[in-house]
Amino acid sequence: MLEFMEGSHAVAEIVKRCRPQVIAAYPITPQTHIVEDLAQMVANCEIDAEYITVESEFSALSACLGASAAGSRVYSATTSQGLALMFEVCFNAAGMRQPIVMTIANRSLGAPLSIWNDQQDSISLRDSGWLQLYAEDNQETADLHMIAYKVCEDHDILLPAFVCFDGFILTHTYEPVALPSQEEADAYLPAFNPYQRLDAAKPLSMGMYATPEYYMEFRYEIDQAMHRAKQALVKAGREFGEQFGRDYSGLVEGYRLDDADVALVAMGSICGTVKDAIDEMREAGRKVGLLKIRTYRPFPASEIADALKNVSTVAVLDKNISLGNGGAVGTEVKSALYGSGISVYDYIIALGGRDVRKRDIAAVVDLAEKGKGDMFYGLRTEVL
Amino acid sequence: MAEVEGGCELFSAGHRACGGCGPALAARLLLKATGKNTILVASTGCMEVFSTPYPETAWGVPWIHSLFENAAAVASGIEASLKRQGRSEKVVCVCGDGATFDIGVLCISGAFERGHDITYICYDNEAYMNTGIQRSGATPYGASTTTSPAGSCSLGNTLRKKDMPAILAAHGSPYVATASIAYPNDFVQKVERAINTPGPCYIQVHAPCCTGWGFEAGETLAMGKLAIETGLWVNYEMVDGVVEKAKKVKRKPVEEYLSKQKRFRHLFKPRRDDEIAKIQAIADANAERFGIDIKAKESSE
Ligand SMILES: Cc1ncc(C[n+]2csc(CCOP(=O)(O)OP(=O)(O)O)c2C)c(N)n1
Ligand code: SF4
Repeated sequence: MLEFMEGSHAVAEIVKRCRPQVIAAYPITPQTHIVEDLAQMVANCEIDAEYITVESEFSALSACLGASAAGSRVYSATTSQGLALMFEVCFNAAGMRQPIVMTIANRSLGAPLSIWNDQQDSISLRDSGWLQLYAEDNQETADLHMIAYKVCEDHDILLPAFVCFDGFILTHTYEPVALPSQEEADAYLPAFNPYQRLDAAKPLSMGMYATPEYYMEFRYEIDQAMHRAKQALVKAGREFGEQFGRDYSGLVEGYRLDDADVALVAMGSICGTVKDAIDEMREAGRKVGLLKIRTYRPFPASEIADALKNVSTVAVLDKNISLGNGGAVGTEVKSALYGSGISVYDYIIALGGRDVRKRDIAAVVDLAEKGKGDMFYGLRTEVL
Repeated sequence: MAEVEGGCELFSAGHRACGGCGPALAARLLLKATGKNTILVASTGCMEVFSTPYPETAWGVPWIHSLFENAAAVASGIEASLKRQGRSEKVVCVCGDGATFDIGVLCISGAFERGHDITYICYDNEAYMNTGIQRSGATPYGASTTTSPAGSCSLGNTLRKKDMPAILAAHGSPYVATASIAYPNDFVQKVERAINTPGPCYIQVHAPCCTGWGFEAGETLAMGKLAIETGLWVNYEMVDGVVEKAKKVKRKPVEEYLSKQKRFRHLFKPRRDDEIAKIQAIADANAERFGIDIKAKESSE
């Protein structure tokens, strides 16, 4: 049944149905409503979880790490400065192979202080060993949480995951969302079965230090698990489709791409605007399509190359900037298409919450067709 | 992750600490007190490094290290997790003074404020030893370290040791104690008391470091004793914020303690009586505050 609700509330509702046993989070705009909703659910005994009111994001993720190591399913949520404060623990949680799921309400990073959306925060942690999933709307955001837990806790994977959705644009927007009943959720996501846990009956040491003789193998194992996660995501996404009728078996998704000459590539809520812009451009006879990337880590390079093999021009929309080099997604798409002869142009767009309209998408397509790209789009030159 | 072989000592002899390491002794005594039903949380530092070079481990109980500064937060999560699962292991942090006095204060304060049922043990070797003897908030006045070196115009560390026990008592901790590896039974009893007291408890155990302080490996216990006998370290217990039972001593002059360690060598060559007097004044103030002096009459009885 579809219910009309705020994006953050949809996240809290789905997290409840995932049955976390320990929740630790610290408020930060625009993630706050999620942790408030969960706190209320715990207060109402709707969730049977320990809710730890930590004193910082750094402690939030540290507590999740400890709780997970001791054998509980855990949950946290953050964004922007909060995620930056967790940087050290993010690497540690992945290195210790803890299947923590954390929602990222994507927001830009200061300075200057900005509470509005871009994807710089999670992108900046792309090398931390966390899976990164990006949602286009609130339905997808909710669904990806169940898929994330399933994949993370798979004993062949054992990696943590960010479920990313755009701050304000999705967190604070009311949309109809279908949520599973608790029984349906339980049928999809079984109870947490830790691979190993801190347990006095079977002592083990976790998080030891490794000399140069051993360290590299740990990184290799994480990388291998990341690659295996592709298949696990496809499988979990297909199973989700079979049970709930919404299929997520693709790491990428095409929109009117089959006969397109120009393809836009994007992640997150901007894809909705892009689709509308494409519909208009199609009416005007322009052969434009979209490739939406849902799974940024692991990066679906071969899936991208396959999906884009028939286009001549690609325009990547990046809501982040790797300063001094260009957008992160653009750089990786270029590498995925290396040697294909396809022209790939990167556009840094909508940083710090700047609005994107259909006409902007059309303008980007014009630029790409003229061979102009690898630039910030929409700069206010009068203030430069 | 490495599994642990069975054995009678829960902290095995196969670790990599320097001979005569005070913290290694603290680890061994600690596990004698806690027994098997314990989960240990460690911070980055000498003890973590000397006890767990992958794939070996010296720990016979479940043990986890995450970072330098977050042991108390990790322990908070573990405790919550055990509670949810209805399990009964004791959660004990064992962290250096740098992890405790300096970088970890945020997480410790949060964990104590929230009242988690954990025992936090700081092994106080009075500097960052793992990274090469740098000053911490626990480094005593006058000690030379690599970041507070004595030099032609410096007398070493000019800051006073932070009063961590008082800070944690002020958080409402039901049990705060200081101890010394030189008095093993006392330390063991205090750990037993702490783990059996509900709520967040704190023990700061003085653990001399022969390498960092500059004394012979066989002198560790003697150095711990001298710290107490001079009044530079006081062993006491605080219950609900009130000091009970401070160990009484017939005090010796601080010079006896200082002159035996390289970290205070600059106070003697050339001799700086004014500085030694300042350190004596610290000991005198400790004696006054905790009432540890055994009067001549008492001792002759
Ligand atoms: C965030 C961070 N900063 C610095 C370090 C480097 N570091 C590792 S251990 C350590 C000092 C540990 O000192 P202490 O807690 O007193 O333990 P000890 O080595 O004396 O046993 C430092 C500075 C680190 N690991 N992490
Ligand atoms: S440096 Fe000090 S604390 Fe570290 S192992 Fe050696 S004696 Fe122990």
